[in-house]
Amino acid sequence: MSETILKSAEAASAPERVDLLAKFDPIIQTREALLAAGVEDPFSLVMDEVLSPTQAICNGRDTILLGTYNYMGMTFDPDVIAAGQAAMQDFGAGTTGSRVLNGTFRDHRDVETALREFYAMDHAMVFSTGYQANLGIISTLAGKGDYIILDIDSHASIWDGCAMGSAEVVPFKHNDVEALEKRLKRVPEGAGKLVVLEGVYSMMGDVAPLKEMVRVCKENGATVLVDEAHSMGFIGEHGRGVAEEQGVLDDVDFIIGTFSKSVGTVGGFCVSNHPKFEVLRLVCRPYVFTAALPPAVMASSATSIRKLMHGGNKRAHLWENSRTLHGGLKALGFQLGTDTPQSAIIAVIMPDLEKGAMMWEALLKEGLYVNLARPPATPAGMTLLRCSLCAEHTAEQVQTILGMFERAGKAIGII
Amino acid sequence: MNPAEVEERIRTLIEPFNKKGVAVEPATTFAGDLEFDSLTVMDFVAAIEDEFDIIISMNQQAEIDTYGQLVSAVHKLQDS
Ligand SMILES: Cc1ncc(COP(=O)(O)O)c(C=O)c1O
Repeated sequence: MSETILKSAEAASAPERVDLLAKFDPIIQTREALLAAGVEDPFSLVMDEVLSPTQAICNGRDTILLGTYNYMGMTFDPDVIAAGQAAMQDFGAGTTGSRVLNGTFRDHRDVETALREFYAMDHAMVFSTGYQANLGIISTLAGKGDYIILDIDSHASIWDGCAMGSAEVVPFKHNDVEALEKRLKRVPEGAGKLVVLEGVYSMMGDVAPLKEMVRVCKENGATVLVDEAHSMGFIGEHGRGVAEEQGVLDDVDFIIGTFSKSVGTVGGFCVSNHPKFEVLRLVCRPYVFTAALPPAVMASSATSIRKLMHGGNKRAHLWENSRTLHGGLKALGFQLGTDTPQSAIIAVIMPDLEKGAMMWEALLKEGLYVNLARPPATPAGMTLLRCSLCAEHTAEQVQTILGMFERAGKAIGII
Repeated sequence: MNPAEVEERIRTLIEPFNKKGVAVEPATTFAGDLEFDSLTVMDFVAAIEDEFDIIISMNQQAEIDTYGQLVSAVHKLQDS
């Protein structure tokens, strides 16, 4: 009885609880409005079955995948699968520990060796995701009093790495070499400077002018980090990315990458020639305070990376696919993110979110999956349908895709 | 440059961004009164940085809500 009295007394005097989720009401409303219009929910698609790197059963329909980042089609490579199976058999399902304690197995070491071979660099460090690689490396490299200078269209993981650290953060206009240079020159004397760039910007699929940017960084004594998440395995003679393609890889201090795209597994990494690189394993919190990836993932990744070193023919076919799709969509009258095909990503610009969602759904009903991207992920408040091609898409599939875009675009009234 | 001179230059710079012709006073806020979105903020900050040859980091921008705060921050930065 005394308990009930206590409770009701509390209820009478307790201040009203603020609903911490109330701030997201506008997002809930936008989503509800979209669904009320009868559109299939673009953000809760389920892959019931995955048949190959380019085909799946999505929401019950046979679907061509054109929005998966599986650029080199490694997810179903027999050697990649076999390596993972063997490692799971021999080393178990998981690591149950941090890389710096009990979580470094034979295959974690081996995948770091594979990365050093792939990039021909001295050091490699594997994180649980690419997101954590950016979070950890950026927040650890730039400390209090240092300056991080970054492209305004940088990936969320780069921004979050900035937010987690205590450096001064200075953005510059997307891909604008002059804006970068001006800011570099204004950094107070004696302060450390970290410039963060990406090879391919994943929203529009455009490439950075790394050659000029890296030169400007070096002239101004800055350390350069390039995130090559969307170019690894595909761009550059050895698939090392845009920095390789533009001949400046030797001048880049840190490369960040991910296994979740061309490599076809999951994980993130940083490679570098910096002589003191190994200390980062001890001081980088998103590396230390999380469990190491399962051995199966490491063995699959190492096999995939080594196969990507010899992926010249696949790279050539992927470029063909990119050129065909870009040229075809342009000819149909779609507005694209880039004038020329610059990467394996082709962004189709939608007039607004509503039309974008309708077009996304029409394509899904045709049997095509693309990424619907919208603010805040996209620049300038745009709604995009992002197509990412795979080296395993056949020339016929690309033609089929163009036919689907034509029918859906006409039905929705975009072309 | 004294505060009045800084203020005068910023007043000129803000004009093309003040699309609705809001009367700008020290207490005018960028997000609320002037309705600056993140892209406008970037372009406006870049214009000021170029004019005064300074850097206004995002950390510093986070402390600036009003026109008056901006003028005094820029005055301090271009002095140092
Ligand atoms: C540029 C960039 N960096 C990092 C990441 C994060 O990679 P991960 O999926 O491994 O976390 C992504 C992918 O989303 C990305 O696009």
